[in-house]
Amino acid sequence: MGFDPKYTGQAFKSVGTRPLRPDGFDKVTGRARYGADFNMPGQLVGRILRSPHAHARILSIDTTRAAALKGVKAVITAADLPDLTNGRADLFNILDNCMARTKALYDGHAVAAVAAIDDATAEAALALIRVNYEVLPHVTDADEAMKSTAPLLHATCFTKGVEPKPTTPSNIASRSQFGHGDVEAGFKEADIVLERTFKTEQAHQGYIEPHACVAKVNADGTAELWVCTQGHFVFRQHCAELLGLEVSKLRVTSSEIGGGFGGKTHVWAEPIALALSRQAGWPVKLVMSREEVFRASGPTSATSIDVKIGVKKDGTITAATAELRFTCGPYVGPWALLGAMTAFACYDLKNVRTVGYEVLVNRPKVAAYRAPSAPMAAFAVENVIDELAKQLGRDPLEFRIQNAATPGTKSSYGPVYGPIGIGPTLQAARAHAHMAAPLGKNQGRGVACGFWFNFGGQTCTDLNIAPDGTVSLTVGTVDVGGSRASLSLVAAEELGIPYERVNAIIGDTSSLGYNDMTDGSRGTFSSSMATISAARNAIKTLRERAAKMWDIPVEEVVWEDGQARAQGEKHNNLAPLSMAEIAAKAPKTGGPIAGHSELVADGAGVSFATHICDVEVDPETGGTKVVRYTVIQDAGKAVHPTYVEGQYQGGAAQGIGWALNEEYVYGADGRLQNAGYLDYRVPVCSDLPMIDTQILEIPNPNHPYGVRGVGETSIVPPLAAIGIAVSNAVGVRLNHIPMSPPRILAALDRQAAE
Amino acid sequence: MAEIQLWGALAAAAGGHPVVEIAARDINELFRKLAERYPATQAFIDQGVAVSIDGTIYRDTWSQPLPDGAEIFLLPRIAGG
Repeated sequence: MGFDPKYTGQAFKSVGTRPLRPDGFDKVTGRARYGADFNMPGQLVGRILRSPHAHARILSIDTTRAAALKGVKAVITAADLPDLTNGRADLFNILDNCMARTKALYDGHAVAAVAAIDDATAEAALALIRVNYEVLPHVTDADEAMKSTAPLLHATCFTKGVEPKPTTPSNIASRSQFGHGDVEAGFKEADIVLERTFKTEQAHQGYIEPHACVAKVNADGTAELWVCTQGHFVFRQHCAELLGLEVSKLRVTSSEIGGGFGGKTHVWAEPIALALSRQAGWPVKLVMSREEVFRASGPTSATSIDVKIGVKKDGTITAATAELRFTCGPYVGPWALLGAMTAFACYDLKNVRTVGYEVLVNRPKVAAYRAPSAPMAAFAVENVIDELAKQLGRDPLEFRIQNAATPGTKSSYGPVYGPIGIGPTLQAARAHAHMAAPLGKNQGRGVACGFWFNFGGQTCTDLNIAPDGTVSLTVGTVDVGGSRASLSLVAAEELGIPYERVNAIIGDTSSLGYNDMTDGSRGTFSSSMATISAARNAIKTLRERAAKMWDIPVEEVVWEDGQARAQGEKHNNLAPLSMAEIAAKAPKTGGPIAGHSELVADGAGVSFATHICDVEVDPETGGTKVVRYTVIQDAGKAVHPTYVEGQYQGGAAQGIGWALNEEYVYGADGRLQNAGYLDYRVPVCSDLPMIDTQILEIPNPNHPYGVRGVGETSIVPPLAAIGIAVSNAVGVRLNHIPMSPPRILAALDRQAAE
Repeated sequence: MAEIQLWGALAAAAGGHPVVEIAARDINELFRKLAERYPATQAFIDQGVAVSIDGTIYRDTWSQPLPDGAEIFLLPRIAGG
């Protein structure tokens, strides 16, 4: 649908204010219901048996002793999840990842599952299952996996995207390429050409709430699933397809969500819980432990990246290239492709080429992590930008401003930009007090930029007006960051009523039309478009009802400040009608009053950010403390500024953890060594400074209020900003994420030895 | 007749042409004619192709018109977190 984009200078009454979120009270008092907080009568406990091997052929599985154990109600293997994917490779990969069929492809890959009357019985049953493995050689590193001598994960994998088609299989699942111009000619024009290689280790989204669900499959073919997810409609679709259920007969309800960040966009345990319930005839509750979350959900890629940039003495970048090698786990994904698309998106480049390789390794299947792949690409590119600026004797921020993309720039991934905010974020950084603050001993400052696309998607919203004139707003995008408050503000804005008179909820899959997931920074962007549309449809009905009550033509009724007003001289004496007055008469004027909207929210505006970071590095221990951090980002229009700021701070906090500590550590046996928060260290409050934020508002012309997505871009610059700050603090450049104390000490030792 | 720019992998499926000329009123007609001329592109369209029209990216609105003189760029349908 199209909107008249009269957003510029729009005077808002509700949008832009900061009321409390409706779900806040339950959350701070412990009453909110998350994935594991729901129970069904007679439910069983589900547990999953996982491969201890990184790569192994499954020769046989004997479940007879487990099935015979008293209290065990169901035991399943891949044989109980027949292949119904009809040749769809993406769906088959999901199926094979949920339960290994012929080979276990990573440490933690599910191979069998049980449902029993209690925890102890379920655990005992797992111990009785006998799996006969043929252990195979494994590979977990991207560069190693690309070698022709590497252990092969799939004999059927021939690299896509290269001509001629390879005749031998490899672990390189596909190649992608973006860019324009003539990079070879561009490098010849350059006075300085700098080439560097970077590595980033695999990190997990680190959501506090593990995956959890309760599944119930009934004998009549209907089924229910209560689940912690970023997209219950997508989960319904995948589960129904994998289990052969009719989509409309599977009702999925999303719980409150204790973080997702992309990791709850995939089904992992849910099809298993449904299959167990189908066999047992009883509901099954399946809650993953923290160890299972690390070993067998979807972290981000580990990467290896080469960047080469040429520049003239006047600071003009003449050419830039990058080769990005991203691990996918055992199944292909678009991860290097996204890195290749985003790597140079902040800059105006005449000659640019990026090449991405999707590399299969014996690690868990990679899932999206907040602006997936962009942070690693930005880490590599921004480090080279910073080093080049220093070689030129230029201030790195000024060097970026000189080369930044502007409206009309041909982006490095292809299209020409419309209105964009990279220039304004850089200008705001230059003017920010943080840039002028003095640094202490062993401290360094880093600045970095970041880009993310954002997108919209299918969205369906209902707005119902209650008999007392209050409003129920039902949306289908899971609330991951305060969107119920934001969408209530939008409904209040359109209807002209106070925020407190709108009650927003997340509808289940049987109460609304299909909604895409809350991903791609689309939750508030998409559902606000649908809410605006639904509210405008409701206002049309309210005007019609007021016209009936007054017995005047509807064309002579306008909607202003939450009231129907009669226009024209002949109606001067009619008092306005409130929503409550119109709603009270609804039974006699045509029945319930509601507004609905079903749309595809395309036209999400791209987003840019610039971050400033100060760190202090202890040269004795290599430990790094972030002492000051500032996020500057374009929001288009901040519907609820507090929650926009929260997204900015959250992205920065996750980036700080990723940059300094978080890392999947694999042993020589291919087993994950640190599957817990004691050994995989995410930042806690005492590790973080107050993260300052500055919201810029460069309106997105494709949204009626100018809104852009804000949830992801804030994690793009931190790896680079912190990396540059650490390099400035210790005087040696760090090219390997995370910059943990041992890596910093090793870099200092190397420097001392030179 | 509009110039349609294709990203690398799609260009390979379109006979190695990074730019093709197709007369189409909207995205739906564009995809239909692209697949008719280059059958190997159908697999990409089925998997998901986004269309940038003068810098605005459309992933699903196949009824979106293609204005005369617009810059049209076909991109992979991206994932998000």
